Amino acid sequence: MSIITKLAIAASLATALSTAAFAQDLSGKVVGFSQIGSESGWRAAETSVTKQQAEERGVDLKFADAQQKQENQIKAIRGFIAQGVDAILVAPVVATGWDDVLKEAKDAEIPVVLLDRGVDAPEDLYLTSVASDQVEEGRVAGNWLVGDVGTEPCNIVELQGTVGSTPAINRKKGFEEAIAGHDNLKITQSQTGDFTRSKGKEVMEAFIKATNNGADICAVYAHNDDMAVGAIQAIKDAGLKPGTDIKVVSIDGVPDIFTAIAAGEANATVELTPNMAGPAFDALAKFWADGTEPEKFIITESKLYTSADDPQGEYDRRKGLGY
Amino acid sequence: MTDGQYALEARGIVKIFGNHVALDKVDFGLRPGEVHALLGENGAGKSTLIKILTGAYQPTLGDVIVDGSPVTLNNPQHAQTHGIGTVYQEVNLLPNRSVAENLYLGHQPTWFGFVDRRKMERDARTVLARYGLNIDPSSELGAHSVAVQQIVAIARAVELSGKVLILDEPTASLDRNEVERLFDIIRDLKAQGLAVVFITHFLDQVFAIADRVTILRNGKLIDTKSLDNLTRTDVVRLMLGKDIAFSGATQLEENRPLGEVLLDFKGYGKKRSVMPFNLTIHKGEVVGVAGLLGSGRTEMARIMFGADSADEGTVSVAGKPTSISKPTDAIAHGFGFCPEDRKAEGIFGDLSVRENIVIALQGKLGWFSALTRDEQMEIAGRYGESMDIRAASLDMPIKLLSGGNQQKAILSRWLATDPTFLILDEPTRGIDVGAHAEIVRTINRLRDEGLALVVISSELDEVVAYSSRIVVMRDRELVAELNGENINPGVIVQAIANHKDGVQT
Amino acid sequence: MIRRSLLKLANPQLLALIGVLLINWLLFPNFFRVTWQDGRFFGSLIDVLNRGAPVAILAVGMVGVIATKGVDLSVGAVMAVAGAVAATMVVAGYPAPIAVVAALVVGLLCGLWNGILVAILDIQPIIATLVLMVAGRGIAQLITEGFIVTFTDPVLIYIGTGSFLGFPMAAVIALVLMIIVTLIVRRTAIGLFIEAVGVNRAAASLAGIRSRMLLLLVYSLSGLCAAIAGIIVAGDIRGADANNAGLWLELDAILAVVIGGTSLLGGRFSVPLAFVGALIIQAMNTGILVSGFPPEFNLIVKAGLIFIVLVIQSPLASRLAPPRIKPVAKAAAK
Repeated sequence: MSIITKLAIAASLATALSTAAFAQDLSGKVVGFSQIGSESGWRAAETSVTKQQAEERGVDLKFADAQQKQENQIKAIRGFIAQGVDAILVAPVVATGWDDVLKEAKDAEIPVVLLDRGVDAPEDLYLTSVASDQVEEGRVAGNWLVGDVGTEPCNIVELQGTVGSTPAINRKKGFEEAIAGHDNLKITQSQTGDFTRSKGKEVMEAFIKATNNGADICAVYAHNDDMAVGAIQAIKDAGLKPGTDIKVVSIDGVPDIFTAIAAGEANATVELTPNMAGPAFDALAKFWADGTEPEKFIITESKLYTSADDPQGEYDRRKGLGY
Repeated sequence: MTDGQYALEARGIVKIFGNHVALDKVDFGLRPGEVHALLGENGAGKSTLIKILTGAYQPTLGDVIVDGSPVTLNNPQHAQTHGIGTVYQEVNLLPNRSVAENLYLGHQPTWFGFVDRRKMERDARTVLARYGLNIDPSSELGAHSVAVQQIVAIARAVELSGKVLILDEPTASLDRNEVERLFDIIRDLKAQGLAVVFITHFLDQVFAIADRVTILRNGKLIDTKSLDNLTRTDVVRLMLGKDIAFSGATQLEENRPLGEVLLDFKGYGKKRSVMPFNLTIHKGEVVGVAGLLGSGRTEMARIMFGADSADEGTVSVAGKPTSISKPTDAIAHGFGFCPEDRKAEGIFGDLSVRENIVIALQGKLGWFSALTRDEQMEIAGRYGESMDIRAASLDMPIKLLSGGNQQKAILSRWLATDPTFLILDEPTRGIDVGAHAEIVRTINRLRDEGLALVVISSELDEVVAYSSRIVVMRDRELVAELNGENINPGVIVQAIANHKDGVQT
Repeated sequence: MIRRSLLKLANPQLLALIGVLLINWLLFPNFFRVTWQDGRFFGSLIDVLNRGAPVAILAVGMVGVIATKGVDLSVGAVMAVAGAVAATMVVAGYPAPIAVVAALVVGLLCGLWNGILVAILDIQPIIATLVLMVAGRGIAQLITEGFIVTFTDPVLIYIGTGSFLGFPMAAVIALVLMIIVTLIVRRTAIGLFIEAVGVNRAAASLAGIRSRMLLLLVYSLSGLCAAIAGIIVAGDIRGADANNAGLWLELDAILAVVIGGTSLLGGRFSVPLAFVGALIIQAMNTGILVSGFPPEFNLIVKAGLIFIVLVIQSPLASRLAPPRIKPVAKAAAK
């Protein structure tokens, strides 16, 4: 199965939170980090984890919050170049318009690592980019469900992200790929929950009404954990047991879903790790040590968590990160 | 059958709204080169007929005939293409656009698709000069007096249509000189062969300018006659269907004992608005205010009522010094105010007649002592009856009433608050003869009941008829106070025109 | 009085609501099925009431504002602020009643702020409330520090998800609020004054109506209603989501008011019909969800239905409809 090999590759490149202790010492290095802002809990967690990762390696991290504006990011990067930092991390707010400033960094011989999102710029202008594979996230979630139901028939309802958004498209695609060929699984209802709890709850309520009061639903697949949390409440309000009567699988790995998994109300989540900086620092360490050029695209691990993975412990590890 | 003698003809027009017959088989013929007055009381059907002639309404039955052939006029723009232009009572232009734009709106001269502002303003200057207006065409229309706006509206209508000009109470807001100027313009247009329909409530003006007159009553045609053989009494009798005598037309109420002093304004004024004035007002008297438009009459009324707050001087009510800085202060002292611009400041168009009548009383009672619907009906019904407000229902929106009935409703609004002092700013402007008489009667009655009134009016005959005293405003200043035999139009005109002799200032 | 309210039942808004419900029923035959489950009614119709409650509550506050020729764009953001206040307070250990009162007071102050900008500083309502629309969400994010603040307080959860006599608490609150506000504006002179100010503020001022007090009142009420809606939404998901709570709901509330027959130009208004307007919008939303359309069609279907509803009550349609002959009341009663 190709998924196994891919996971192995990903795992070898990625550094999970728990493995940070093995990090190299980068004392004396100064790294600038231009963050988009703090528009979501995950973003806040990414910022905290990046700071943590830098601290563990002795990196002096210069942090700049762009408040959702590209011009602020460009300004920050120019500032980092002027200060003569050793490397720059950027979580780009948009994909285009980076060529000039990346060129300036290259001319100053400062390696740039893109976090979380890619850009439309020549590949030689940056060292590497670290991002998750959203299609893979959907695939991991789908594979779990395929394995979990075995040969039993299973009607799935899907809570999509915002219509037309990239994660919604990719996570839908990956999940559909995973269940393709398993005729006992099929998606019977699919609607958008706009990635929010309240819409997730409202849509799930309607799905339950539309499917013989939930009796015809075997599982709900939500494109993010927040919608899953809303759906769990809707399932409970309908007098059903989430996690048992209706299986719940979702993506992101935010703290609240671990609480739900611990309580048996959710079954699985696929983590979108906020630790993009760890792999970035590792790649930089190798680059600095012997000039190894990393791959252009470092894919973080899409790790699956179920009740077997100490959900309470995972919750405790994450709750302070800013989710 | 066609009849070439008419530029515009209406034949057998019937117009029915719901179950109400507004016009009942009305014929109307307009010859080129004549000024044709259209007369009638409230609800006689003048407005409906005009709206049919200009395409705003479609007749239920009957034909509109232009130059001998029947036409269907879909809307006023369409009527314009047939040469029919209209100027309404309330100037229907855009006050925040320039004079030139208003003249040419929708027909601007263009230059490669762009409005050629320069040419437009040049043309506008020429056109305005023909109407005796020497104003900057690029200035905002709203910055000019109503009279100028009215003339601009006429110029626009004539420029755009050029065969028939319908003037719906054009003189309502004009002073004497301006009316004369307008008449010169009309005579000029008539000499050029234009057919002019002239609607007014001023009989003097009808006799001064019109050749023929058509009189409507209750939706029916009463008669169309040449004015040569008619007297004023004839016309009024035809309009009202009865003989009426204008009570107290010129008789002076001499030696009427003055009541106690109610109000005393001392050095009262507001910078850039009204120069400080002294005015003492007694119970049971009507103080007439004369003066040209823009002389500060309205501004004086507004600071008396607290609509604008005075920035100098003092006022005492019944001997006690007080402060009136907002309308609620004035109302608490028993004041009432009927503003000049009925539509913009008087009526609540979408609200019912009943609500319009009770609103000031309710405002006085406050938020929590609401009048019940029955109480409102009772109050509105009482005043509706005593003021003779003609409305199909007290629950209909007041905007559907004629101007005269709206004015009576606003007067009723204040009477319902049991006032001691009323300020009436042009209470009879633009309203029909019947309502006019009713309002004059009410003014006299209120004075006899001991109210104090300040009445602003451009109608000197009218002011003279009911005023115990007259103050004259000129250039934002109270320039004369006339008593006794000085209360006559000649002296007032002298005071307004600043003829020093014979007038003490 | 009773006869008049019965006559009002035959109005375009209720007909539109019935029409939308019937379409839902055609698309989803079980739409009207309501069962009794765990001590509460359960079914799509109940969902319409429950999910429509926040917008209905916003509409109850918004209708007064719009009747004065204003608009309140900040209600969605105020919902987020109120939810954030209530949630962070219960999480910090305050008793729920205190947290709820605090959230309501904050909402009221937000409304008062809008009212001051509009009534005292004479700023145009759309701009004045835009300030809080933008700032409010930022304030909510500051209060929650960017987290979704989740709580387990039973009182707050009951407000959002509980039931009263089998009906969803949110719907009960919305209905009671609608009735109270209707009684307040119609049994006092406030309703008449609001309409007078909306129709002609200059004339209202000359007629002795204190229009400033009135504007402060209607904007404060709108803020208070937004706070109630915010607490309900937070209670519903057991958490305050500063980013998403009430997002774009101001537009639904304005739409509900307009569907309810109140003109954006101010004047005549009806609180119950604005409430019905909110239910129409929610009936469409719920219908789309149960009917199984792909989500890509949501906005198109909704826009199309709204268009039809608005056309039905447009002046043109009422002209084409057979004229209803009203009894001509005697001009002068007696």
